[in-house]
Amino acid sequence: MKIDKEYDVVVVGAGPAGSIAAKFAAEKGVSVLVLEKDREIGTPVRCGEAVSHEGIAEFIVPDEKFISSHIDKFTLISPDGTEVTIPLEQKGYMLNRQLFDKAVAEDAMHAGAKFITNAYVHGLLFNDSIVSGVKVKYFGEEYEIKSKVVIAADGVESRVGRWAGLSTFVDFREMEGAYQIVAANVSVPTDTLIFYFGENVAPEGYLWVFPKGEGKANIGIGVSGEIGKTKSAYKYLNEFIDRKYPEASMLSAVSGGVPCTPSLEKIFAPGIILVGDAARQVNPLSGGGIASGMIGGSIGGGVAGEAVIENRPDKLSEYQERWEKRLGKRHRIFDKVKNGVYNFSDEQFNALAKSFSKVPFEKRTLGNLFKKALINQPSLLIEAAKIFVMD
Amino acid sequence: MLLIKITPDKCDYCGTCVGVCPEDAIELTDSTIDIDEDLCTNCSKCVWVCPIDVLIFDKNKLKDKE
Ligand SMILES: Cc1cc2nc3c(=O)[nH]c(=O)nc-3n(C[C@H](O)[C@H](O)[C@H](O)COP(=O)(O)OP(=O)(O)OC[C@H]3O[C@@H](n4cnc5c(N)ncnc54)[C@H](O)[C@@H]3O)c2cc1C
Ligand code: SF4
Ligand code: SF4
Repeated sequence: MKIDKEYDVVVVGAGPAGSIAAKFAAEKGVSVLVLEKDREIGTPVRCGEAVSHEGIAEFIVPDEKFISSHIDKFTLISPDGTEVTIPLEQKGYMLNRQLFDKAVAEDAMHAGAKFITNAYVHGLLFNDSIVSGVKVKYFGEEYEIKSKVVIAADGVESRVGRWAGLSTFVDFREMEGAYQIVAANVSVPTDTLIFYFGENVAPEGYLWVFPKGEGKANIGIGVSGEIGKTKSAYKYLNEFIDRKYPEASMLSAVSGGVPCTPSLEKIFAPGIILVGDAARQVNPLSGGGIASGMIGGSIGGGVAGEAVIENRPDKLSEYQERWEKRLGKRHRIFDKVKNGVYNFSDEQFNALAKSFSKVPFEKRTLGNLFKKALINQPSLLIEAAKIFVMD
Repeated sequence: MLLIKITPDKCDYCGTCVGVCPEDAIELTDSTIDIDEDLCTNCSKCVWVCPIDVLIFDKNKLKDKE
């Protein structure tokens, strides 16, 4: 496929954040090229695939073709096995991200953006220290592509921002190294997200069992680099599966990283902006980054398009302001909450789960439980789950 | 001397290690991983976050040198 030598906007990475950025930029009427290193958009899936309706509906019409199940409650399982099931005020979905990521990309293509796969970006072009394009390897050939704005949407492994002099590296204690499988032959309710807590199962975090329909589930765990010094996500998950689902088979297994940090100090530089995981826009408490990455991408893509149309390179700074207003500030608060919640002892989790289970099911609104949690425990556990399904 | 060992044929190319490397010493594509010996300080951060134990701090290499 032919690639031109110059585009107004070049996006690196075709995850949800990059594709939405491409769409919002293209809708401003500028030329957009998206470069994806993998062979196929949406593959491999390194994700738990859970989102709320609100989280995606702002950007794409929820469609059964990329939804694997509908979620209306979640279950918390404490270290001693106490289970509390809580109805969700906002419904959610388990996505099929292979198809979801493609659908978001196709929307951007319809808006006019061009996508190229097998295209690995390995450097930036500069013009007087202003980013002016990318260096890319595409099927073994080297290309230099000029642009007015580069949008780095290159995920957790992002290096593009660093090449532009932005500090993007994540403290190892805040990086969750994750291991996740899609398992078949497991019996789980299809409408419920299940979270396991506790020192032995998932220290300083949770282990998830999310339904994919037809006896399938997405099961995974993330552990911080501090925990990883002694035991990896891989080992934690295998122990859990062997104990809990000895009959399970694997449909897929992947590793992945979740940058659970507040967003970066600076997410733009002359000629470049960062969106999604590359800008560390994941909700640091829940680890959810699909919706928040698309919010970052939509703001960034829109601002990039305007900067080109109005011929105002300085306009890129508005992206950071608008991101801060919309989610950046909130994520800083979530980050503080995270440090509180994930330091809970097993006893605290058990006591909390017991006190929740005494509330009748129909009265288990998050508001009610949160109040109870605050009375019974100086805790914010429930807020974790709430925020997870909210964004 | 590079003390970080990459276990052959084990890496899943997920990029978690790249995200924490303070020196930008790790070069990763969709099917290759390489650590730049000149940039790496052997700080081990990549080892601690790797979810599937691909990276190992190789003490034996230190001994070999002695
Ligand atoms: C195990 C796990 C479970 C998760 N569970 C959930 C969940 O249940 N709900 C939720 O909301 N979020 C979840 N997340 C987070 C979510 O997956 C991410 O936040 C989201 O995918 C971020 O989107 P993105 O577009 O920023 O990055 P990505 O989806 O990672 O896309 C980045 C793209 O850039 C490409 N790329 C990278 N470098 C280059 C390069 N040099 N050149 C060209 N292309 C490049 C990559 O190949 C990739 O396709 C989870 C994450 C993990 C790891
Ligand atoms: S974190 Fe581990 S599995 Fe992931 S790319 Fe690095 S070495 Fe490979
Ligand atoms: S040991 Fe430190 S410097 Fe070397 S590759 Fe790993 S994280 Fe980077």
